[in-house]
Amino acid sequence: MSDAVEVRAAPARIATARTVHYWPWLAALLISVVLPWLFYDWQHARHAGFVVSVLSQTGMMIIFALSFNMLMGQAGLLSFCHSVLFGLAGYSTAHFLNAAGNGDLPVPMELMPLLAGLTGLGFGAVFGYVATKQRSTAFAMITLGIVQLVTTAATMFHHFFGGEGGVSTDRMIGRSLFGLNYAHSIEVYYLIVAWMLIAAIGMYYHTSTPLGRMANACRDNHERAQFVGYDPRMVRFVQFALSGFYAGIAGGLFAITYEIVTFDAVAAPLAANALLMAYIGGATTFFGPVLGAILITLMQSGVSLMSNSWLVYVGVLFIAMVTFAPAGLTGIVLEHAPIARAGLLRRLTRPYARVLTPGAVVLIGFIGIVELLSFLTIGMAQGKRFALFGRTIDIYSATPWLFSLVCLFGGGFWLSRESRRFKRVWDSLTEIARHGGTR
Amino acid sequence: MQVGLISLLDGLVYGMLLFMLASGLTLILSMMGVLNFAHASIYMLGAYFAYQIAQWAGFWPALVIAPVLCGAIGAAIEVWGLRRVHHNGHIAELLFTFGLVFIIGRGVQMTWGMLPMAYRVPASLDFPLFTLYGENFPAYRGFMLLVSAGMLLATWLLLKKTRIGLIIQASLTHPGMVSALGHDVPLVFTTVFAGGSFLAGLAGVIAGNYLTTESAMADAMGPIVFVVVIFGGLGSLAGCFIASILMGMVQTFSVVIDYSIADVIKPLGVTFAANDLFGEILTIPVSRIGPLVPYALLILILVFRPRGLMGTRET
Repeated sequence: MSDAVEVRAAPARIATARTVHYWPWLAALLISVVLPWLFYDWQHARHAGFVVSVLSQTGMMIIFALSFNMLMGQAGLLSFCHSVLFGLAGYSTAHFLNAAGNGDLPVPMELMPLLAGLTGLGFGAVFGYVATKQRSTAFAMITLGIVQLVTTAATMFHHFFGGEGGVSTDRMIGRSLFGLNYAHSIEVYYLIVAWMLIAAIGMYYHTSTPLGRMANACRDNHERAQFVGYDPRMVRFVQFALSGFYAGIAGGLFAITYEIVTFDAVAAPLAANALLMAYIGGATTFFGPVLGAILITLMQSGVSLMSNSWLVYVGVLFIAMVTFAPAGLTGIVLEHAPIARAGLLRRLTRPYARVLTPGAVVLIGFIGIVELLSFLTIGMAQGKRFALFGRTIDIYSATPWLFSLVCLFGGGFWLSRESRRFKRVWDSLTEIARHGGTR
Repeated sequence: MQVGLISLLDGLVYGMLLFMLASGLTLILSMMGVLNFAHASIYMLGAYFAYQIAQWAGFWPALVIAPVLCGAIGAAIEVWGLRRVHHNGHIAELLFTFGLVFIIGRGVQMTWGMLPMAYRVPASLDFPLFTLYGENFPAYRGFMLLVSAGMLLATWLLLKKTRIGLIIQASLTHPGMVSALGHDVPLVFTTVFAGGSFLAGLAGVIAGNYLTTESAMADAMGPIVFVVVIFGGLGSLAGCFIASILMGMVQTFSVVIDYSIADVIKPLGVTFAANDLFGEILTIPVSRIGPLVPYALLILILVFRPRGLMGTRET
């Protein structure tokens, strides 16, 4: 039964890939151009610096997450050294900018990301040659070795990496195709938007090239791909190097935006971030990582300011996704497609309300416990106070602890009952939708 | 020579410590195919538990209770976590443990704070065992050596001489057949995971006061243990042992060697100055690039001998 559905779905997916849709790209362009102006400070006639910097960060992380997904989603390669490609291209760009500032390198600012991308391609070829000898878990382990190697090297060799302080640079190199000097961060933001769209379009069309298709084939069944006459190692290698190109673009934009590159840019936490973005957004779809990049960047710049323990939330979210929704957020949305096609989506509103209410209770309880705990230790060391809606909460009184515990366990019990009920409704609806479709 | 002997002993202590961590990880990896990222986190938990129990009841109860707690946590992770994601493949299991690293790392900070713990060597072991060329060898290091050697022996006896060990070994290579013969393979998996976590916890207990008990100790130990496991080769405890000792030696000896590549080739009449990247690589002394050596070795061995030192199969 499920096979029949798969076969029916497959041609439809290829058809959408073949027919050219311009509107998502135009919409993305429009949104990213307009977005900073929504937060424009008309009184002082200037841009909100925080918003522009968050948006810039989001833009480069979108490129980075998409390029990571070229490996994870498309080729089934879990790479922990993606930050190395990003960071090394970033370091190189800092050196390029310094050279351009001295007049040694006649490259306009607008093409700097391209140069960074080519650097990333070069590093991708070097590290890819080593890493793509293996696949699956062994590949992941080699990339783990690479990221540790480069991170340790970054703190040791001063000429290229600048040691602990990193390499700083100045983006006002005085050479531009459009006569801009990039003194304002909004100009850099538009540079990022332009390169983000170029890179995203490039990666999107890469998915329908023969190479992109072969990467899928090698991911799903590399032995069969071998029998057909392709060399999976070569496919992995080229895919890795190309993803290095796009990661390099992101790294170049990073160097241009922050004007300093330290060893954080090559270190493992950044690669872990790419993994979180791609996985939480949904690695099985092309646009999943975009969603993940937006979400994680917003969380990073929003929640991490409010809470000490945001890594716990990320970890729990990640584990929940791995356990319950391996296809990520976009995967959850896409699972509604057959039900929506059968016109049954409205029947899910009530079950959703019934399952989300206890879900919210559990969430409140969980956040309560985590925050109370962290305020007991870390918050106290930092001299902060636990405030909610402007009211200070006494972390030593029993009430907040009891309230959170009741929410967590009572809500958990309630949630498990409601989710069983929800699953029954869901199963019956998908069954109806399936029969309606085949009949 | 003096430096050599003391370094040799230190390297041995560190290597045995690595082996306690790596043996559990290699068993888990070669049997279940799970690259357990949370292994070093459990090692850290072991140290923190030991600190807490030592506060309440002293070091000796901690030596027993903390590893048992870690083993129980390992079993819980396997039963309630990994089994659920098992049908999504090895990558999903890897990612699950990866998420755990965040939670355990931050959870430890939330419970015990960001500062290093005052987890000290017990007074009964805080004396110099013997003196070598005027340098003391602390009794605690001897104790660490004793505990890890004892664990090594116990694990070896368990795996080679008992029926449980036989089933574990068989499940390592032929889980389907073992299951067909009526053994509960998932239970074997849980046992191995719990056992590996127990060893990691024990390593944490005895290393927590030798090194420092702090929230960064998992990140400091994790990558090295991975290097050891891959270097030694999958499915081979002997390879894992050799790799552990080797890495322990590399780490301790590289600190005391003050030569660089340029010094070695100087007799040939070639000299370098550290004024560019190339010159810097050649003139940097080994003592400074020590931390780099394990990873360089790892990549070399994966390129030239993908199955590792004594691995029975390709990774």
